[in-house]
Amino acid sequence: MSAGAIDADAPLITEAETRVAVATQRQLIWWRFKKHRLAVVSAAIVLAFYIVAAFADFISYSEPFDTLAARSYIPPQPIHLFDAEGHFHPQVYALKGKRDLRTFKLSYAPDPSDPRDLALFAHGYPYRLFGLFPTYIHLFGVSNGNATDALYLFGTDQLGRDVFSRLVLATRTSLTIGLVSVALSLVLGVLLGGISGLYGGWVDTVIQRVIEILRSIPTIPLWMGLAAAIPTSWSPEQVYFAITIIISLIGWTELARVVRGRFLALREEDFIVAAELAGASRLRIIFKHMVPSFLSHIIAATSLALPAMIISETTLSFLGLGLRPPAISWGVMLQDAQNLETLGLAPWLLIAAVPVIIVILAFNFLGDGLRDAADPYG
Amino acid sequence: MLAYLIRRLLLAVITVWAITVVTFIILQLPPGDFVDAYVAQASAMGSAISAAEAAALRHAYGLDQSFLVQYMKWLNLILHGEFGTSFEYSRPVAEVIGDRLWLTMVLSFAAIIVTWVLALPIGIYSAVRQYSLGDYVFTFIGFIGLAVPSFLLALIVMYLGLRWFNLNLGGLFSPDYQLAPWSWGKLLDLLKHLPVPMLILALPGIAQLVRIMRANLLDELRRPYVVTARARGLAERRVILKYPVRAALNPFASTIGYLLPYTVSGSIIISVVLSLPTVGPLLLHSLISQDMLLGSTIILLLGVLTVLGTLLSDLLLMWIDPRIRAGQLR
Repeated sequence: MSAGAIDADAPLITEAETRVAVATQRQLIWWRFKKHRLAVVSAAIVLAFYIVAAFADFISYSEPFDTLAARSYIPPQPIHLFDAEGHFHPQVYALKGKRDLRTFKLSYAPDPSDPRDLALFAHGYPYRLFGLFPTYIHLFGVSNGNATDALYLFGTDQLGRDVFSRLVLATRTSLTIGLVSVALSLVLGVLLGGISGLYGGWVDTVIQRVIEILRSIPTIPLWMGLAAAIPTSWSPEQVYFAITIIISLIGWTELARVVRGRFLALREEDFIVAAELAGASRLRIIFKHMVPSFLSHIIAATSLALPAMIISETTLSFLGLGLRPPAISWGVMLQDAQNLETLGLAPWLLIAAVPVIIVILAFNFLGDGLRDAADPYG
Repeated sequence: MLAYLIRRLLLAVITVWAITVVTFIILQLPPGDFVDAYVAQASAMGSAISAAEAAALRHAYGLDQSFLVQYMKWLNLILHGEFGTSFEYSRPVAEVIGDRLWLTMVLSFAAIIVTWVLALPIGIYSAVRQYSLGDYVFTFIGFIGLAVPSFLLALIVMYLGLRWFNLNLGGLFSPDYQLAPWSWGKLLDLLKHLPVPMLILALPGIAQLVRIMRANLLDELRRPYVVTARARGLAERRVILKYPVRAALNPFASTIGYLLPYTVSGSIIISVVLSLPTVGPLLLHSLISQDMLLGSTIILLLGVLTVLGTLLSDLLLMWIDPRIRAGQLR
């Protein structure tokens, strides 16, 4: 075949191109998202964390509020995978109290001669799964004896409470508080950003100035003031709700900015003008034409706003202005590790920092991936 | 240009006024007032305060008047440069705050300068040497800055300092200088203690700016004009620094306004963890004990200084960037 001649057999459009050409927007977004490896991994991590949050009681093995002063600051106890004969037989050594005859202080040390067997779906303290089904089966525990005799994966805090079990329950509080706050923030942001972008004129100017003012002052002292205003007499549920409202005030400006920008850009698009000329009502234009085309951007902006909410809750609780004991959140747990003496004595209390960092990173990567995927034509 | 200047000044004035209203409202929110807290404290210590005495205290502090009257009185005092008396310390608020306000601002400004000085070259390096070892190292550090809340970073750094170097990294002065009057020795001592909190405070900002700078510069480097410049034999250094970097600098200019409030906010939190003699720990304490005048004065002063700092930086930017002078950029 001579150079330059058209190969009659070669299809004009390859199969892959056809696939892209006929794909729905949803498929395009999904394909684009899958390309972002880090975002896919992060999505899995975020999902795993929410599963832990949903099954928190099931995964914890000790009553998270169970205090025993004598067992304070027990270091993390390792799991021994093999028994004395060398067979695979996961076990933990029971702790034995010994009184120091000079100081009369009771100190606990693992006793290798008294191993306890680790088992899956072991019986433990009673609880209600999803708050509905009463049960006492836990993901794992000790099959001969109590979990409190031997099992301390991450050690105990000052009051002798098991850090692992508390950490699992804290995951539930910290993650839901982020979700609820971001939902509230979204309502504020979409409403004000939408009004701002849709109506323009002086309404837009006022809302934009308010956002500008809010962004030009150090807000943390303000939120600290608000959080300090929560009466100490409120129940944990009331405090939880108040904190979500305060935290949601932090993130809405950024969301409002994104929504407004989208509205402004879309207002000039041909298909919106066409819908307008065809006589569609304003509400129909917004919900039928505009919202679907920027929904993905909103979702991306939301997942980027979530880490800021989680950081805020953790920070406020750490300072003693957020959630208060008996509520358990990552921030409340980190509050126990506030001073150097405690850290020197019980460095394992810092373990609560690990999920905070992982979740924030995962949400950031997920948000990045979603943001890239939100505009699959780019 | 004049219109921009006037607009900018007007916005600053409105912002300051908004700060006074919001701080006052927030600090009025808690049910009960300082006298309630004082009575509760006294009864906990074993001495009772009668209702009549409490009422007298309330009257003396002006806490029995309406919200608006209290606000106007407070505003009037502030306009005369008086911040009233701290309930808890029974000393003028200005005296209680003392050097702390200036130390807060010194720390914040130092952190911002460090943010700029470090973020710019790192951003350029990461973009020019994309996917090099250095780029990965800086990206990793950037992720830490992004993901670790500042209080946690301060806590971890303090723990490591204690563990590895047996060093207490908290505070801004050595014990010898803590209460000493200002002198050259004390200043040197401050400079020795400043770097650790300064870097902790600057890290999130650096992480953010490096990310933006790297992405923008990468976009610029792919443009045809860069290829043209190379093809014409310009030195590599000149190709990069003269045009793409200048074009990519935009976000530096636009984020400067938000960097200062962000940094001041952060300084409050890490000051509590590192027990720095800034207004941070004082603010936290005053909010918990409902020492209203002290708390609101701190929030107000922080807000005003931040607005002034942002205004100054905007004016500086106007001086540097011809596009703003021409009124093309807001």
